[in-house]
Amino acid sequence: MEIFYILMVLMLIAGIIAVETTNLLSAVICVGAVGFGSAVMYLFLKAPDIALTQTVVEVLGLVILIRATISREKSFISGDREFFAVVVSVVILFLIFVIGTGIFADMPPFGDAAFARIPDSASQVYLENGVKDTGAANIVTAVYLDYRVYDTLGEATVLFTSVVGAIVILRKKSRKLLFEEDPL
Amino acid sequence: MKGMTIIVKTIASWIKVLVFLFGIYIILFGHLTPGGGFAGGVILAGSYILLLLAFGKEYAEENLPISLASKLDCIAAFLFIALALCGFIYGAGFFFYNFIQQKFLVEYESAGELVSAGAIPLYNIFIGIKVAASLFLVTLVLSAFRLESQE
Repeated sequence: MEIFYILMVLMLIAGIIAVETTNLLSAVICVGAVGFGSAVMYLFLKAPDIALTQTVVEVLGLVILIRATISREKSFISGDREFFAVVVSVVILFLIFVIGTGIFADMPPFGDAAFARIPDSASQVYLENGVKDTGAANIVTAVYLDYRVYDTLGEATVLFTSVVGAIVILRKKSRKLLFEEDPL
Repeated sequence: MKGMTIIVKTIASWIKVLVFLFGIYIILFGHLTPGGGFAGGVILAGSYILLLLAFGKEYAEENLPISLASKLDCIAAFLFIALALCGFIYGAGFFFYNFIQQKFLVEYESAGELVSAGAIPLYNIFIGIKVAASLFLVTLVLSAFRLESQE
């Protein structure tokens, strides 16, 4: 499990750089390094679905943040190092692909009910006691509104926060601020 | 913004009620059939977004004003937490305890009926109202921003 310590130290260094640096673009890239480090950690913990979600969210967030900082700072990446950057990103992508295929090879085959063979696994308990505990005939609703309702609370909070953010950013007052002067 | 052609307006005025009713059905039967608060809320918001696309922003705002939508959003979120807190107070002392089912309905074999499962249908209704108001608000705010920046 030395890989976890290496990744943790890398993520800590990236987080400290992201807080301490004055260049906005390198801060954004360091935040992205923290996210990708946690995605690789999920891969090693045999949770490929969460690693995929983390990677997708991280790529989307990085693209949006880098677009925002480039339009704000007007600092462009010069063309000299482009070949080096392409080689590095291809090598990293290949490494992640190799690690990912190795982890998918360990998982049970598709359609095999691996948890049905374990007597007291969570899914078996839900299927046996679901109707008695919650009274809901739909076991999916019984899970996401009774056993795992904190997930639903989090999703509702995410939706609420996104609506508040959209209204605050797009209202007339903040658009007036955008054209007057930079508050930062 | 005057909306689309007369064909789209006529079809939309027939369809909107059916879409709205289907959303309510999905929410109310969430604990019996596939569906639930999130899916039904999206369908409810879809009926208002249909109005917004077919008849224009002003007509949609007359049907569901921004102030009412934001109030519905906040009240539904508050009621969701308040019901969870009721489970904390009346139940076994933890959040989101399904106290209606465990206290009053545990002897009554009601699984499969419309009135069953204790607090779960109430959670579904609150989440449905919240999701519908949130999605409608996002669409309305984004479309308003697009229109005003073009002027």
